[in-house]
Amino acid sequence: MSRPVAAIAGAAETSLGRLPAMSELDLHVDAALLALADAGLSLDDVDGITSAVHNPVEIAHALGVRPTWFDGTSVGGTSFLVHVRHAAAAIAAGQAEVVLVLHGESRRSVVGRHPRPMPADGMLGQFELPFGVYGPPTMFTLPYLRYAHETGTTLEQLASVPARQSEWSHGNPRAARPSLASVDEVLASTPIAWPFTKLMCCMVSDGGGGLVVTSAERARELRRTPVYLWGSGEAADSPLVSQMPDLTRAETFERSATAAFTEARISHNDVDHLMVYDAFAHVPLYGLEALGFVGRGEAGAFVADGNTAPGGHLPMNTNGGGLRYTHTGMYGMFAIQEAVRQLRGEAFAQVPDVDVSVVQGVGHFFSEAATLVLSNREVSA
Amino acid sequence: MTCIVPLMVPMFVSGVSPGEGAAQALPTPTTRPFWDAAAEGRLAVQQCGSCETHFFYPRIACPSCGSREVSWVDVSGRATLLSYVINHLPAPGFEAVGPHVIAIVQLEEGPTMMTNIIGSDAVPDQLVIDMPLQVAFEDRRGQVVPVFAPREGHAA
Ligand SMILES: [Zn+2]
Repeated sequence: MSRPVAAIAGAAETSLGRLPAMSELDLHVDAALLALADAGLSLDDVDGITSAVHNPVEIAHALGVRPTWFDGTSVGGTSFLVHVRHAAAAIAAGQAEVVLVLHGESRRSVVGRHPRPMPADGMLGQFELPFGVYGPPTMFTLPYLRYAHETGTTLEQLASVPARQSEWSHGNPRAARPSLASVDEVLASTPIAWPFTKLMCCMVSDGGGGLVVTSAERARELRRTPVYLWGSGEAADSPLVSQMPDLTRAETFERSATAAFTEARISHNDVDHLMVYDAFAHVPLYGLEALGFVGRGEAGAFVADGNTAPGGHLPMNTNGGGLRYTHTGMYGMFAIQEAVRQLRGEAFAQVPDVDVSVVQGVGHFFSEAATLVLSNREVSA
Repeated sequence: MTCIVPLMVPMFVSGVSPGEGAAQALPTPTTRPFWDAAAEGRLAVQQCGSCETHFFYPRIACPSCGSREVSWVDVSGRATLLSYVINHLPAPGFEAVGPHVIAIVQLEEGPTMMTNIIGSDAVPDQLVIDMPLQVAFEDRRGQVVPVFAPREGHAA
């Protein structure tokens, strides 16, 4: 690895849950101020801004920042991973120095939320919506039975994903679902889209988060331990789940992760901690296989056997994930936040000796992916 | 509900008949031939004149080679069941339908598409991955959509 160019110098989440007093614009501003305070920087230091839910220009103005670099790439929940990668490229190119990567979403209370149009003359509107799909629970889940058929993954193994992750969030006052959940409880919860039950689906909450991305050099002068970006990748394929090239593989994850691991010059053995975006229970299974941590069809048993749970050798989704901690609709910001906490040693369920964390994000229904390799060390040991 | 069923397809026993408020496709000039064919009980997709690939959804050029030389062809309507969910979370207009099968099928000519499975109960043991299917057509409040039923002799 060449020396990293960029680092996360500040990171913070807003309150989570039900926040009817905060609009989406407010949540972005709140997240920005919290992240700047964490970094020990002020509005005057900021020259770049990104957001996905709202136009970054609206947020910059409300916040009181006059940016000379901005990025509103909006590719679902992985947008914020993409923004960190783009911000690092801008910093390397000398186009920006201090970039705020922001998220705020009033998914539950729906205050100041822009409509998300799904036009009847679009491809989704013509060739998927007429068949009764109704948002992510009936679309993201559609590939799974083919995967189960080809790999022999069982329903109990699928249910073990939220059950095992509940061991991480158990007792966390910030988690939306802070209780322990057993496999039986997951299987017995309300049917949503068979074979998926309610506890195999993420919850819906309000909240936001902010990151301060700056040069590695500048980050070293600030108050927090820098979290260096060792490598990153992004990839896209079909925006329609019915047009996925292979329903049993997260092919976009494979491409974004290969780019990130290659740039970071790491192998799987170097990874101490993993976040795999878990809007639904099958996504971490696809992710573990796509990232090459296990072979094809092995992920279900790997999770069920506790390898990713507390005490396991590959701690994964250690905030409890979108299934147990929080999910505002675009969850990727919270996956990055948990990686930062683990690398700083301040997580609720802290894993010992985390030096390298990998964050895998997904947008929409395997349509877009991004991967970040983060470390609290400037160079590998 | 009226059903337009090609001769070789068994009449199906149940359909998905969403009511008012259900999403309907609004064709564009490029996609209209698909919907016009469905209204006549034909399943049509595009084929590339250069590399001969069949593709779906409709486009102005072939996504395999970029050729603009594309034409509409009727396909056999034979398909297999790639994957599905049994939906308990009704979309607007589907509230009275009850649990229904939303599937991804693969046409024997290659393209995949989303659809509903009819002619079998919405229970897992009647829905076997890779089971052979045949297209049928369902008139949903004035718009005919292609749906798929287990092929005769292959019902689970
Ligand atoms: Zn072609």
